[in-house]
Amino acid sequence: MMGGEPVLRLENIRKRYGKNEVLKGIDLSVFHHEVIALIGASGSGKSTLLKCVNLLENIDDGQIFLSGEDISDPRVDEDKIRGKIGIVFQNYNLFPHITVLDNVTLASKKVLKIPKAQAEEKGMELLSRIGIAQKAKVYPDQLSGGQQQRVALVRAIASNPEILLLDEITSALDPQLVGEVLDLVRELKEAQTTILMATHEMSFAKSVADEIVFLENGVVAEKGPPSQIFDHPEKQSTKDFLARLKA
Amino acid sequence: MPASKIKSYGDVSRVELDRRAFRKKQSKKSALISCVSLIAFASAIYLLLSNSTGWEKVRIAFFSPEYFLDALPVVFEGLLKNLQILIFAASGVAVLATLIAVVRTSRSAVLFPLRVLASVYTDIFRGLPMIIILYLIGFGIPGLRIFGRIDAGLLGTIAIIIGYSAYVAEVIRAGIEAIHPSQRAAARSLGLSHSQTMRIIILPQAIRKVVPALMNDFVSMQKDVGLVSVLGVIDAVRSAQIMVAKTYNFTPYIAAGLLFILLSLPFIRLTDWYTAKLRKREQMEGAV
Repeated sequence: MMGGEPVLRLENIRKRYGKNEVLKGIDLSVFHHEVIALIGASGSGKSTLLKCVNLLENIDDGQIFLSGEDISDPRVDEDKIRGKIGIVFQNYNLFPHITVLDNVTLASKKVLKIPKAQAEEKGMELLSRIGIAQKAKVYPDQLSGGQQQRVALVRAIASNPEILLLDEITSALDPQLVGEVLDLVRELKEAQTTILMATHEMSFAKSVADEIVFLENGVVAEKGPPSQIFDHPEKQSTKDFLARLKA
Repeated sequence: MPASKIKSYGDVSRVELDRRAFRKKQSKKSALISCVSLIAFASAIYLLLSNSTGWEKVRIAFFSPEYFLDALPVVFEGLLKNLQILIFAASGVAVLATLIAVVRTSRSAVLFPLRVLASVYTDIFRGLPMIIILYLIGFGIPGLRIFGRIDAGLLGTIAIIIGYSAYVAEVIRAGIEAIHPSQRAAARSLGLSHSQTMRIIILPQAIRKVVPALMNDFVSMQKDVGLVSVLGVIDAVRSAQIMVAKTYNFTPYIAAGLLFILLSLPFIRLTDWYTAKLRKREQMEGAV
C-alpha cells in the first residue's frame, strides 16, 4: 500500500485566525486507497485542516501536494484543483433549488463537460447504488438527513476525485441515521476510494481507517494504526482524550 | 350546548365534540359582529359625505358619469403607452439591478471601481425623488444635444429603469447575502468557478428568497410609470389631464386612476397567492 508518491502530502501546514494559531505545523501523507481518520477534540483543527486542503482557506505557511503538484502555490488554477478533491461537510450542503439528480450530475456537466445524457446515466447508477433512484427527480428537502448526506457523498465522488475529504459528516444526524451513512463510507473504502476524514465516531474510525491521526491544539500528537492508537496509545494526551470519550 | 346532549359517534370523544360545537358558535358570533360593524362604518361614511356642504359639487367635478364615459376610451389608449413603458422598464430593471447586486456582493479586486460606483449609485438614486430623476433625464439628456431628438417615452423609460434599479438591486443583494456561505463552499468544492457558482447556485436561490419583495416593487412601478406624463408623454395621466384642461371637470383623472388599479389588481393577487404558497412550503419544511 505504501510507496510511490502519496495522493496527498502536507508539509508543515500552519494556519492562523487573527492571533489564534489553529494549525501549528502539520505533516501528513495519504496514499492511494488509504483511509485516514483525524480525531481530536472540538477546536483541535480537524475541520480547518480539511478546508485548507480543499483551498477554501489559505494557509499561512507550509505546502500541500496533490499527486506531487504543489496546490498551495497561488499560481495554480483553484477551480481545477477543487474538481479533483471531493468534500462532504457536516451540514449536508446539497443545493436546495435543483433536483437530487441535478445535484449529483452538476459537477460532471459544468466542470468536466461530460454530455448531459452520459452524466445522468452515471448519476442514476450512483443513486441506485445508494437505493434512492426513485427520488432522483425530487428536491433535497424531501429526503431524510441520512439520505441527503448519502447523496452528498455520491455527489462528491461523481466526478471521480483523487481524494475524498469528509468533515464530520455524521455529527448533524439523528443517531439512527448515522449507520446508513457510515455503511456507505465503508462501501467507498471497499471500492478503493482514498479518504481523509475528520470524525467523532471512534468505533467507526477504528473499524474502517488504516491510520488514525490524533490532533491536539493544532499539532499531530500521535498517529498510527487503529489498534495502536485505541488499544495502546503511547502519549498521555491521547490516553486522556480517549478516556474522556469513554466517560 | 352542554356536552351531555351531544351524541358521541365514531371514535371522536365527547370532549372534542363539545369543543367543536363551541368553536362553531364562536365563529357564527364573530361573523355576525363583522356584518354589523361593516354596515355601521359604511353608513357613517355615507352620512358624513352626503351631509357635507360641498359634496354635491365634488360629486359633479369628480364622479360625473357622462365625462367618465367620454374619457374612458381616450385614457385607455394612453394606458397602453404606460403598459409599453412598464414592460420595457421592468426588463431593463431586471438586468441592471441584478448586475449591480452581483457587483456589490463580489470581492474581486478588478471590480473595485465598479463596486464603489455601484454603491454610490444606489445611495444617490434611492434618495432622489422619482420626479426629479425624470426631469434630470427627460430634460437634461436632450439638453446636451448629443443624440438629436429622443422620444420622451424612451427617456421616461430610462429614468424609471435608473430609479428603480437602485431599489431592486438592494433587494437582490439582500437575497444574495441571505444564502448560507456553505452553499458557496459546496459549489466551489465541486470545482465550479466563481461565475458559475453565482449563476447556477447563488442567484437562483437568492432571487427565490426575495420574490415577494420584488413583486411588491413591480406593483409600485406599475403606478409610477404614470409619472412619465411630466415629460409630455401622452399616457393615461396625460390624456386625462388634456381632457380636464378642456372641460374643467376632473372625472377623467378618476377614470385613469381606476384603470391603473385594474392594471395592478391581477398582479397584486398573484403576489398574495405566491407569498402564501411560499409561507406554506416553509412551514412544511420542518416536517420531513
